[in-house]
This record gives sequence, C-alpha cells and structure tokens, in this order.
Amino acid sequence: MTLKLDNVSKTYTLGAFSGKTLRAVRNVSFDVRPGQVVSLIGESGSGKSTVGRMILRLTSITDGRISLDDEDITTLRGGDLKGYYRKVQGVFQDPFSTYNPIFRVDHVFENIRRSYFPGVALSEWTGRLETSLRSVNLDPGLVLGRYPHQLSGGQLQRVLIARALLLDIKILVADEIISMLDASTRIDVLNLLAELKARGLGIVFVTHDLSLGNYISDTTVILRYGAVVEMGATEKVFGDPRHAYTKSLLAAVPQLHHRWEDEGFGDTSMPVELPTARGDAPKLTAVEPDHLVAG
Amino acid sequence: MLTVDNLSIAYRALSGDVLALKNASFSVADGEIMGLAGESGSGKSTLGRALIKLDNRMRHVSGTVSLDGETLPIDDDRAMIPYRFKRVSIVPQYAMSALNPTRRIGRMISELLTSRGMDFDKLRPELERRLLLVDLPVEVLTRYPIELSGGQKQRVVTVISTLLNPSLLIADEITSALDVSTQKAVARSLVEFRDRGFIKSAIVITHDLSILAQMADSILVMHGGRLVERGSVKAIVDAPMHPYTKHLIGSLPEVGVRYADRKLAGVSGLNAALEAMSSPDGDRDRPLREISPGHWVAAWGQA
Repeated sequence: MTLKLDNVSKTYTLGAFSGKTLRAVRNVSFDVRPGQVVSLIGESGSGKSTVGRMILRLTSITDGRISLDDEDITTLRGGDLKGYYRKVQGVFQDPFSTYNPIFRVDHVFENIRRSYFPGVALSEWTGRLETSLRSVNLDPGLVLGRYPHQLSGGQLQRVLIARALLLDIKILVADEIISMLDASTRIDVLNLLAELKARGLGIVFVTHDLSLGNYISDTTVILRYGAVVEMGATEKVFGDPRHAYTKSLLAAVPQLHHRWEDEGFGDTSMPVELPTARGDAPKLTAVEPDHLVAG
Repeated sequence: MLTVDNLSIAYRALSGDVLALKNASFSVADGEIMGLAGESGSGKSTLGRALIKLDNRMRHVSGTVSLDGETLPIDDDRAMIPYRFKRVSIVPQYAMSALNPTRRIGRMISELLTSRGMDFDKLRPELERRLLLVDLPVEVLTRYPIELSGGQKQRVVTVISTLLNPSLLIADEITSALDVSTQKAVARSLVEFRDRGFIKSAIVITHDLSILAQMADSILVMHGGRLVERGSVKAIVDAPMHPYTKHLIGSLPEVGVRYADRKLAGVSGLNAALEAMSSPDGDRDRPLREISPGHWVAAWGQA
C-alpha cells in the first residue's frame, strides 16, 4: 500500500481581515511504501508537521493530491474516512498531554474499541491488547491498569504506538515522538520503529534532529520554508549533500568527536519579518538516481 | 572560582524529604565552561538552581558553596539578593517565558536595571555592543518578545543575564528547545562571552552531550543525585571510565550511525550500566576520586 503526496500545498490566511496569506507547505511530493521510513527533516517553520497533519487529515490541503493506493484521501468523509484511519494513524510529540491524567492508561484503547471493534468480546479484546503491547516491547501486566504519571515518557509513547497497531495500520505518522524523551528511552522507541518497519509498516518520521532521521530512515526529505530543498535515499542525502542549506544544517549538527569547524554563529533561524509572499517551490532536479536537489 | 563542598539538597514532599542532590563536591575554575550532563531526575537542575535560588520546596541539607573565596548564603533567600544577577546569574531554559510579553525588550531591561538601582542609559552602549556581538541588530530593543524567534530570544536573555559581568553563569538547557543552527548560535555566543571576559565561568546544564562537546571545557556527569564522573571533554567523550558515562556516550545516535549498521542499546544498556554500578551494600555514598590529573570518577560495583 503506497501513500503518495503529489504537489501538495497548504496556504494559511494570517489574521481575520488582513488578507495576507502564508504558504506553509509548497509543492511537496513524495511516496511512502510498506517497510519504508521517510524522514521529514526541517527546522521550526519548515512545514514538516503540517505535511504530517495533512496526511492524517487533521489539516485540510489547499492544493495537490494525497492518495493511498490511488484513492484520493483528501475528500474522504464519514465511513470512508474511518476506513482510512484504520490504515493510517499518527503519534505526536508530547505523550504527557495526550493522556487524560484522571483515567488509567487503558482508557486510550477504549474509543478504538468502541468505534472499530464493537462486536469483539472482552476476552478476545484483552488478548489483542496484550499481543499489541508485547509487539512494542511492553509487558501488559506492567502497563494496563496504571495511571499515566506512573509510566515513563517512552512507555507512554509505546502504548500509543500499540494503540495504533490494534488497527491494521499500513502507515504511521510519527511527529517528533522522541524529542521529549531521555537518551536511553528514545533509543528504544527508535529501535521499535525500525522493527515495525521490518515488519512492513510504512513510517513518516517527522523530526528536527538530523542524526535521528539518519539513524532509521531509508528516504530523507529536507524541508525549508515549506518547500523541499533536497530529497532522496538517506545515505545519498547525508553522505553527499548537494544543496547549500543541507550542507549548512549538517555542519551545524553537534558531534561528539569533532568540534564545529567554521567560525561564526551559523544562525539560519527565521528573520524577524516572516516572508509572506512565497512563490512556488523551486523545481527539483535529479543529480543521481534517487537524489533530487532544488535548483 | 566556584567551590561546592559536600552539598546536599532535599525536596519537601508529603511523605517526607526526598534527597535530590547527594554530597556533591567539585569546583569550577576561572575561565572554565563546565557542562553538567545527566538524564531527567539526575539532579542536574537541582544542583544548578541551588547555586542561585532555592525555591520553596527545596531544603538545604548540608554543605557549602563558595564563589571567589566568599561563602554564598544559599539557604537565605534575602541574603542572596546582592549576589544574584551581579555575581551569579542564570539563563533559564525557556527564554520565551523569561521575557515580559507586554513590554518592548528595551523597556523591560530598563525597568529591570532601575529596580536594581542601576542606570539604564549608562549601560546602554555596552548592551548594544553585546547585542551586535551575538549577531542581533540593536532594533531588537524596540521589539516585543513575540516578534523574535526562539534563538533570538535565548540570545537576548543571555545578553541580559551577563550584562553585569557575573562571576558565574548558570545556563539551564539553553539549547534544548532550539533548531540545530540556532543551537549553534546560542552556544557560540556563550563561549564568545567567556572569551571576552563578560563571565568568568559557566555551568551549562544539558542532557545533550554532543552540544557540550562543542562548547564546554569539562563535563560533570550526574546520575541519581550523585556525581558520577568529571573530566575534560576529551576524557569524558573519548575515554569514559564509569559504566553510566559509557552508556550515555554509547547510546548517542550520531550522524553516521545507522540502525542497519549498528543498533544502539537503549534501556537495556542503561540496565546493564546500573547492574554494573550496584553494590551489595545498596545505595552507598561514593565520592569522586582523581584517577588521573583532572579526571575524577566515583567508584562503582564492588570496588
């Protein structure tokens, strides 16, 4: 099952009356196939999260087409949309705010059960829950019946992934899911994504952290101001970056074993004034197979 | 020069005090930027905050802190007032919330200085010079905080915190919420300020060892409220001794490390480190010992 983004754009109107618009995402196209991790990498304001939200239908798209196996998903409604969510699910950055602290962790499984598995008997449901929790390397006995504050951030994130896996999902959108986690737990969640990928799941991995994208993804898409700057096979984009922006990003990544070489502050953060009139994204050209650069 | 001797800090809780920092002893030399690294709950922020202001829930259990030979009255909030901002200063993690959203930045700084009995106009040229130094136009003084990006705000706060040339600057997770290129700008500006003598020494608190490898001179690693290892950046990064430090360094996904080639160890690695650290007599106090010049390690396991 292939998720296909074709020339997707998103335009926001700024303020109620100003008439100004901001093109947050410009002409983005890429595919996600089963067993493939696609990293969307960019700094704040690059549009990476908006792309993830458009795939999840949390944000409408202004232009272009998103399709799953050639079926346009941007206009799905009612039962069809529900069917889409059976195949595509998302997990987000802050596990602590996703849960309602009043309820036990199990509560997050309830609405999945109610809307997708109303006829399933409790004993069978519990069996499915436990299988799903084990598949994300959690011990059901240690998780079920607990309150959110009794679990670590990494455990909470894995419970949410287990929740998505209860449905027979084909695509998982993971938006900065490990940014808030500690060093040890974040590696476990990353390794879990890599295992799920090996089992045939397609993953859209949204991150600002280049080293994490490099660690698990097959394809890397570098975004800036809503447009793709460079994309292709991860080893090509990281091993042989061609665009000046990709190069400057890579040079700014702090490394353990050698210090930043160039002088200066290297700040490419947003200017004080946001550019509101953004044109179409620059065209991408192939510099080698599976490696596209904006030029 | 900062000297911390046998410092213990507890948090007041309903079920009794919880010791969050246990018998910490170390010093930071003039001109040194020391990184303080550890995971959540390691006590690194408790240590940083204890040096400037104990909040209501914190209790000073034992130990002393001295700065340039003078003992700081850390358990007396009022007595600390003359030291704060002038001698010890802090850059908090969320610069976004450190700046008053209803004031233009220049006005906010002017009110801050006036409230401390200082003349804004006299300090203004120096303030402008320092803003330019960290690549910020002087116009930021006429802007509201919301008009600046996170990295710009973080640098404004760094400039304000160091305006009176404090002896010690505590920077708590100042780069954590920022993009890579912005991180670099903020880290660079702190080093620049040290080089120019605006601050004598700094403690940079972070969970990110790779940013410390860029900007710090030395690293102190904490775990479970205890100091675990202290040494030069090179010693900690290239030749860590303690099992916990080894795990922290080993679990870092660096550019170039890929799952397909080398799978990193997460909690299993942490558990292995904790296993190696555990001793038959339980949670015992193990002070740092100098094993080679400038490289201090706490004993672990049976030792």
